[in-house]
Amino acid sequence: MKILSIGKKKMREKIKEKVKAGERLNEQEALFLFEQNDLLWLGSLANLVKERISGNQVFFNLNRHINPTNYCKNRCRFCAFSASFGDKHGYQLSLDQISEIAEQTGDIYEFHIVGGLHPEWDFNYYLQILKLLKQKKPTALLQAYTAVEIDHFSKISGLSLKQTIAELSSAGLNAVPGGGAEIFAKEVREKICPEKISAEQWLSVHRALHQAGIQSNATMLYGHIEKYEHRVDHLKRLRELQEQTKGFASFIPLAFHPKNTRLEHPYYTTGLDDLKTIAVARTYLDNFPHIKAFWIMLGVKLAQVSLWFGADDFDGTVEEEKITHMAGALTPSGLSRAELVALIRSAGREPVERDTLYQVKRIW
Amino acid sequence: MVSRLTREDALELFQKANLLELGERANARRWELNPKPVVSFVIDRNINYTNICSSGCAFCAFSRPPGHPEGYVLSYEQIFQKIEELIQQQGTQILIQGGLNPDLGLSWFEELFREIKKNYPIHIHGLSPPEIYFLAKKQGLSIKEVLVRLKSAGLDTIPGGGAEILSERVRAELCPKKVSAKGWLEVMRDAHQLGIRSSATMMFGCIETDEEIIEHLLKIRELQDQTKGFIAFIPWSFQPKNTRLSDVSSADGVRYLRALAISRLVLDNVQNIQASWVTQGAKIAQLALFFGANDFGSTMLEENVVRSAGAEFRMSKEEIVRQIKSTGLKPVQRDALYNWIQEF
Repeated sequence: MKILSIGKKKMREKIKEKVKAGERLNEQEALFLFEQNDLLWLGSLANLVKERISGNQVFFNLNRHINPTNYCKNRCRFCAFSASFGDKHGYQLSLDQISEIAEQTGDIYEFHIVGGLHPEWDFNYYLQILKLLKQKKPTALLQAYTAVEIDHFSKISGLSLKQTIAELSSAGLNAVPGGGAEIFAKEVREKICPEKISAEQWLSVHRALHQAGIQSNATMLYGHIEKYEHRVDHLKRLRELQEQTKGFASFIPLAFHPKNTRLEHPYYTTGLDDLKTIAVARTYLDNFPHIKAFWIMLGVKLAQVSLWFGADDFDGTVEEEKITHMAGALTPSGLSRAELVALIRSAGREPVERDTLYQVKRIW
Repeated sequence: MVSRLTREDALELFQKANLLELGERANARRWELNPKPVVSFVIDRNINYTNICSSGCAFCAFSRPPGHPEGYVLSYEQIFQKIEELIQQQGTQILIQGGLNPDLGLSWFEELFREIKKNYPIHIHGLSPPEIYFLAKKQGLSIKEVLVRLKSAGLDTIPGGGAEILSERVRAELCPKKVSAKGWLEVMRDAHQLGIRSSATMMFGCIETDEEIIEHLLKIRELQDQTKGFIAFIPWSFQPKNTRLSDVSSADGVRYLRALAISRLVLDNVQNIQASWVTQGAKIAQLALFFGANDFGSTMLEENVVRSAGAEFRMSKEEIVRQIKSTGLKPVQRDALYNWIQEF
């Protein structure tokens, strides 16, 4: 085994003590954790925090993703999903088509709705989607529209952020997904998604949501051109906002997928990096109730393993995921409830079926 | 040196220890047995000389019964062509395995191996115990006689395939026509006694119980105590697609890592444990390096058997090197006997 330097050993001991005592880690310590390759040690830290928060439980949802359109004004370099008018893979769903999807969908707790910034749709169309789904399936909660879309709605409607959120809320919005955060650092954002809203604006939208009493999630797209320092900065800004609002339910690290994108970074993330990122996030983001293993991006096997590396949420059945699959995801586009229960059990955890707001529906 | 695991301890660990505890113990044992911060791999290719097989195992998607229109036998020329391609890519060994084909006698293999050795500087890792056992029966020879003749024709080492789960109960269900657990171990014992070293495998995630997994490992450990002939152990999970057991759900990621870890812990007398990217994919194979594995297997320029059952992972040498390097360990190309050839 590699011999650790005295400085490194001391740092490890100090971090372990802090985590055991439930003390908050600083950014220097988070960076140190990212630089370690001792995966099981990282796992043991993250698992301490995970079990302190959620014991042996692992949550999952019955949900269905709907991506209403991939036409998008922003053409982020890492995105294989978005299209411009005239592109062969471009599509937009009519209200009839969305209605049909709702009718075909079985018993679920959530519609998860994320799409492009359609150059021609007005705010009303996005509101109608919510109203329609609420009407077709009143029991399903609507987790819809990332901060990037909400900011776009505010711009195209001329409404303030607060008014925009109020409109969404009265149309049936229950919670907001965490997408569009990517990496907050300006120098990275300029290279991977120059058209997208700034980190400050992304955080402002979530602050406004939380102030309106709407729960949201937060993501981080990692494994492309960013450095560990950027990841730490990203987590820091999330933890700071959460400290003020307590409005985030879960943090979801998203592994970059290289296929069909315009980023010159040909690699998928490694298993080590995926687990490390989950583990550091769990250890550092001590004020986030949940860390989600988004199996669509991690792979089912790795997502299952991550339940011992800090993750306490397996997302859900998903059904029909499109965004990551267009970037070369090798996972299925949906899992059944029975499969999720079996995976969580086989990992040695207790499966807990939940809805979007983490209300427990059934303990398996 | 930690004391040897008993059957009861092994089963208890396998069933009760959580994933992190099991991983930590296996990882500690890995570093005791292989203290250098190195992960090895070999450049080879599988040559599946025939898919015609009279065994008809329930878990196999590769084989075709004799007389089936999709059956094939590779010609010597085709095999030589494959070896030449491998040598061009710095390959050092061929893994030559195939079905139990009633049309291929011992002399077909003897001549093949002689021709290969005459023309190519390549290590022949070939013919798993079911094939050797089948040849002995077919020729009316003892296993030892067959092994002696194959060795003198050029056979270097024997792959550990066909072990599946070394339990007569499991075999009666999965592969009743294949060599028994006892027979498999006999072939390995004879081979080791003749100086032919081998690997050993375990195919789990099918119909076996936890107890049968431990039993499998103990049988390997016991023989290894006597012969010291096993160079490496390779646990891998059953791939259900296109088999008669396609409704069985294969081992998940956690089950694979647990099986790997318990293998490292029980098999304290087998030096090397291989990760199986072919059945698990690159991500889990990389994680296996933290759960007891010290070897990344091979580049497998060609693999047909597992691929027939739905595992479609591929890895280049560069990708294997990248996966190992990103753990902070040093990738080393090895030969069939685990001698290091080249560092990356």
